[in-house]
Amino acid sequence: MSDAPVPVADQVLDCTGMACPLPVVKTSQAIKKIEAGQVLELLATDPGVEPDMKAWTGRTGNELLGIAREGDVFHVLIRRTR
Amino acid sequence: MAYFDAASAEPLHRSGREALLAALDEGWADPARLHREGRRAQLLLDQAREATAAELGCRPDELSFTSSGTQAVHLAVLGAVQARQSAARGPGHLVESAVEHSSVLAAADWLARRTGTAVTITGVDQAGRADVTEFAAAVQRDRTLLACLQSANQEVGTLQPVAEVTAACLDSGVPLLVDIAASAGRMPVPGGWALLTASARKWGGPAGVGVLAVRKGTRWREPFPADDRENRRVPGFPNVPAVLAAAASLTAVSRERGSTDTALRALVDRIRSEVPRTVPDSVVHGDPAARLPHIVTFSCLYVDGEALVTELDRAGFSVSSGSACAAGSGQPSHVLAAMGALTHGNVRVSLPRDVSAAAVSEFLDALPPIVARVRDTVRAGTAAAPASDPRSPDPRGAVKRPGR
Repeated sequence: MSDAPVPVADQVLDCTGMACPLPVVKTSQAIKKIEAGQVLELLATDPGVEPDMKAWTGRTGNELLGIAREGDVFHVLIRRTR
Repeated sequence: MAYFDAASAEPLHRSGREALLAALDEGWADPARLHREGRRAQLLLDQAREATAAELGCRPDELSFTSSGTQAVHLAVLGAVQARQSAARGPGHLVESAVEHSSVLAAADWLARRTGTAVTITGVDQAGRADVTEFAAAVQRDRTLLACLQSANQEVGTLQPVAEVTAACLDSGVPLLVDIAASAGRMPVPGGWALLTASARKWGGPAGVGVLAVRKGTRWREPFPADDRENRRVPGFPNVPAVLAAAASLTAVSRERGSTDTALRALVDRIRSEVPRTVPDSVVHGDPAARLPHIVTFSCLYVDGEALVTELDRAGFSVSSGSACAAGSGQPSHVLAAMGALTHGNVRVSLPRDVSAAAVSEFLDALPPIVARVRDTVRAGTAAAPASDPRSPDPRGAVKRPGR
């Protein structure tokens, strides 16, 4: 995360305890249910979620706002771009 | 049935098999003994050492056989660093790329925890190629005792810039460990190394044989209790028949390289071009040109890597995967993560030398429907997830709108 203000999530998707590829699959489904410009926060414990969400946002064009870790839980903020 | 996991273990070359069977009768005795049987084993061991050294471009007395590639790496890293640590230098500093084999990373981590050695892990680009500028800058730091860069990556096949890094190491007087496990027998050995490591089972030798070469003039000290075997570098009685088989295989595969590599490169090129075309939402990793001849790795979005490997196995194709769910550690591939590549739905195809074009065609035909089937299973599972209930704690997988 940068020093910029942390965006407030419009929706939260809890994928804690789920293994790959479920966090990415559910994120791809959830992002379609919010408006362009809105922010989705993904909560996940899968160790692959950090590289996978970087790769997924790079591929789909959605904006990865940041990834923070609290204990075992990754908080991933994604803005829908279109 | 098609075996596509040569990067883990290439099937034993027929020359190695013949040498192994012969040596089981001739080379079973302790080569350190002076009796007839011992002398015979020593003669075979000397022959194996000379042949292997000739292929790897080193002197026989620089080369020791180990019990695995992993043991060779551990001895190389620990022995080189500990020989250069001193009261004046302190615990020192080690540089390694982020995509080194896990044995290199583990040895560096062990040094950091046990002796306080500072470890700098340098980055790679999207193809998995080490960043020369970052690596060279790290090497130039004070008290750098060792730098580690593989010849080629074991997961995506990308060749590493060893020649460029060698110059930086020479300038700074830092020994360079080049782990050639992925490329030995398949590519020329890069020059400029101070320490070299490899694993026989990856070139078509038997399991249980590794190689450690320490260039003359390189400071190295045995990191474990000393033993007279293998130039005092490796503890224990060498497995002479397996070592002889490893040497015979290396000689043979090096001789055949011209013809096998051309065929393997063409088949890998075909996989690299067809998978993205026939499998939706798939991406092929690694450098398309500066790569090993036999390895190609790709990832498929929204696919369970373990399920994909299992389904491919059921269909008769043996592959490996860097996905967390397919790994014993439960962690995703550190190579793919360092590249910023998708780690789930990952498949590594590494073609053995005797692979047929027909087997690759069958794989390419089978892959798209298998990926589609695994995706359908994953999607069916997510559709069955519980719906969000505002009166109860948030069920996992449910989307909720946070309170403002």
